[in-house]
Amino acid sequence: MSLHLWIIPLLPLAGAAINGLLGKRFSKALVNTIALGTTAAAFGYALYVTVRFLGLPADQIPHIERYATWISAGTFFAEYGIYLDQLSLVMLLIVTGVGFLIHIYSIGYMEHEGGYYRYFAYLNLFMFFMLTLILANNYLLLFVGWEGVGLSSYLLIGFWFLKDSAADAGKKAFITNRVGDFGFLIALFLLIKHFGNLQYEHVFNAVSPYPVEVTAGLLTAIGLLLLVGAIGKSAQIPLYVWLPDAMEGPTPVSALIHAATMVTAGVYMLERSNPIFDRAPIALMAVAVIGTLTAIFAASIGILQTDIKKVLAYSTISQLGYMFMGVGVAAYGAGIFHLMTHAFFKALLFLSAGAIIHGLGGEQDMRHMGGLRKYMPYTFWCMTIATFTIAGFPPLAAFFSKDEILWKTWARGDHVLWLIGIIAAGMTSFYMFRLWFLTFFGQYRGAQAEDSAHGHDGHDARGGHGTPHESPMVMIIPLMILALLSCVGGWVGIPTVLGGSDRFDHFLDPVFHSTAEAAPGGEAAAMPAEAPANHEEASTELALMVISVAVAAIGFFGAWFLYYKRPELPAQLAKSAGGLYTFVLDKYKVDEFYSAAIIKPIVLVSTNVLWKGIDATLIDGAVDESASGAKDISDGMRQMQSGNIRSYAGWVAFGAAVVIAFMVWKGVR
Amino acid sequence: MVPLSYYLVLSAILFACGVTGFLIKRNIITIFMSIELMLNAVNLTFVAFAAELRALSGHVFVFFVMVVAAAETAVGLAIIISVFRTRETLNVDRVNLLKL
Repeated sequence: MSLHLWIIPLLPLAGAAINGLLGKRFSKALVNTIALGTTAAAFGYALYVTVRFLGLPADQIPHIERYATWISAGTFFAEYGIYLDQLSLVMLLIVTGVGFLIHIYSIGYMEHEGGYYRYFAYLNLFMFFMLTLILANNYLLLFVGWEGVGLSSYLLIGFWFLKDSAADAGKKAFITNRVGDFGFLIALFLLIKHFGNLQYEHVFNAVSPYPVEVTAGLLTAIGLLLLVGAIGKSAQIPLYVWLPDAMEGPTPVSALIHAATMVTAGVYMLERSNPIFDRAPIALMAVAVIGTLTAIFAASIGILQTDIKKVLAYSTISQLGYMFMGVGVAAYGAGIFHLMTHAFFKALLFLSAGAIIHGLGGEQDMRHMGGLRKYMPYTFWCMTIATFTIAGFPPLAAFFSKDEILWKTWARGDHVLWLIGIIAAGMTSFYMFRLWFLTFFGQYRGAQAEDSAHGHDGHDARGGHGTPHESPMVMIIPLMILALLSCVGGWVGIPTVLGGSDRFDHFLDPVFHSTAEAAPGGEAAAMPAEAPANHEEASTELALMVISVAVAAIGFFGAWFLYYKRPELPAQLAKSAGGLYTFVLDKYKVDEFYSAAIIKPIVLVSTNVLWKGIDATLIDGAVDESASGAKDISDGMRQMQSGNIRSYAGWVAFGAAVVIAFMVWKGVR
Repeated sequence: MVPLSYYLVLSAILFACGVTGFLIKRNIITIFMSIELMLNAVNLTFVAFAAELRALSGHVFVFFVMVVAAAETAVGLAIIISVFRTRETLNVDRVNLLKL
């Protein structure tokens, strides 16, 4: 039985091809029809596939469809094929669903922009590559999608390519990702070398007899290299620097690519590789540590950012850190759960921020906002829901997903990681409510800044902005749908202690089936929420939940006190903190550090050794020398070609004489 | 009977005269005549060997050479006339338009 899954990625590809090649002459309505039509069809088909998939008997899962052999060389082969299991199904629904909503929203947001068809062509292209990535049935095809989304991301970050900062940000994203891809590629080479090919089912079967590597071994190396790849794509320490800069792109792009979907590809890839990680506890620990550090590090930067999109960017990095943490403590289901809720609420946050920016004519600085509650009521309510969600208040989505990760971290015995995670959660709550209060409460501070605001207005001059205004309905409706999802999205995974049944985790169980068997701590440690048999464990879980809600509330009141009750306080605090304040404000000077430690030396070596030394002197010198040598020789030879008939005749006679002399010398009779 | 070597020496002298004339003369007509001299020096060799070896093929070659020489003379003279018409000189050193 075939589900014809190839249709799903092909639809957006067709949209991208039509809009990209012919769109210049199309009207906006036609571009919209093609872009949205293909995405909606993909989403619709994904829903149909979901229904069919849920009806499949357990032994037919994963559902694999093979279409053609892509590469066949010796014993190595790679296929075009699709691998559908519970994990890729969840990803499929997130990508097509959220992607479709953001396509709708883009109609309103991009209305006044040039290159309208180009934008939608890129967006559709992104959908194609993302779907390839999640549906691939081998690592190599996944890598095609992986690079493809990087390309689309580059194109969309640099969408306003006439602006230097946007073009630079695009390059930065691409190059930073290459560092990660390097690790990923080496991991793939190792897999090929030791397991023959890259088909998922083959690799996982080949891995299964391996014992858990207590000391570092082959699987640990592969796991760590895969982690390097994921770090690049999912913007973790130390390669997170591209994501804040990627905010140069249009806001819907930030929502779709740099929050909801593409950046989670790293998490997806790690989850997909769970049979490898289960047998490599050291690599798993590295994932957890990097995730946790990123979570708190990015959250602390987010506290002081003034650009509304930058706050959300650091928040994204921090939330991705939580997902890594989930993977790292082998709570794969929790990681995907948080990935899903994060896709909802972070898309909502970005789109709301986009609505604010749109309504203010391109203003992104929160210091020039304030009091917007009155001007944009719908956006305000959507943003409120999103803010309370990300802060982790029950019963909103992120409460369940984030707490599941934190609880499983605690249950595995990583109490330090849990502590860092909970502090980061408090910071998250604080900076999000800071954003909320600065934007929607107090007095509108934009009027006097109106003149200068147009100076650094990134998005073509929209002009004619008197007072802030609410966005058109085509933007508000996706916000409302996402707000609804942010509210109820977490209810699929209500943990057992709260009277739910942890349905989401159980749904994903078959994918991570081997987890329980091979996890280093045994079943009880790996899946603690599975059966909170003893009362003590359940009460611990409840206590931790109370703590995290309390931390979120502390964040809320802190922000309320500093940015609503006593708005003059933050400036004083900043003054008293002095150097530390500017250090954090400058994002810990990481960009400057990279620039001094890596980029400058590379540029220096490239300029002086590779360019001026090797290229200009050695290679160019050799080429120039051989060319001028040939010219000199030709110059000499040219003298024979005098145009004087008698000299030609002389040469002929000379040649004949030489031939005769040679024959005499050789004794030819 | 005249020995073969006499013919060959005569032929070599004739050929050398032809080459020398070809190289040192400037008038195209003279050069042309030098070429004919060289051809006939070769013809003499052919005939001498043909007589010595009693082989007919030498005679046949001579006929071919004479036919080709006649055709060549016709074409060559036509060229010379047309060169003279355009350049108004028969000095080969001044017929050098193809020179760099």
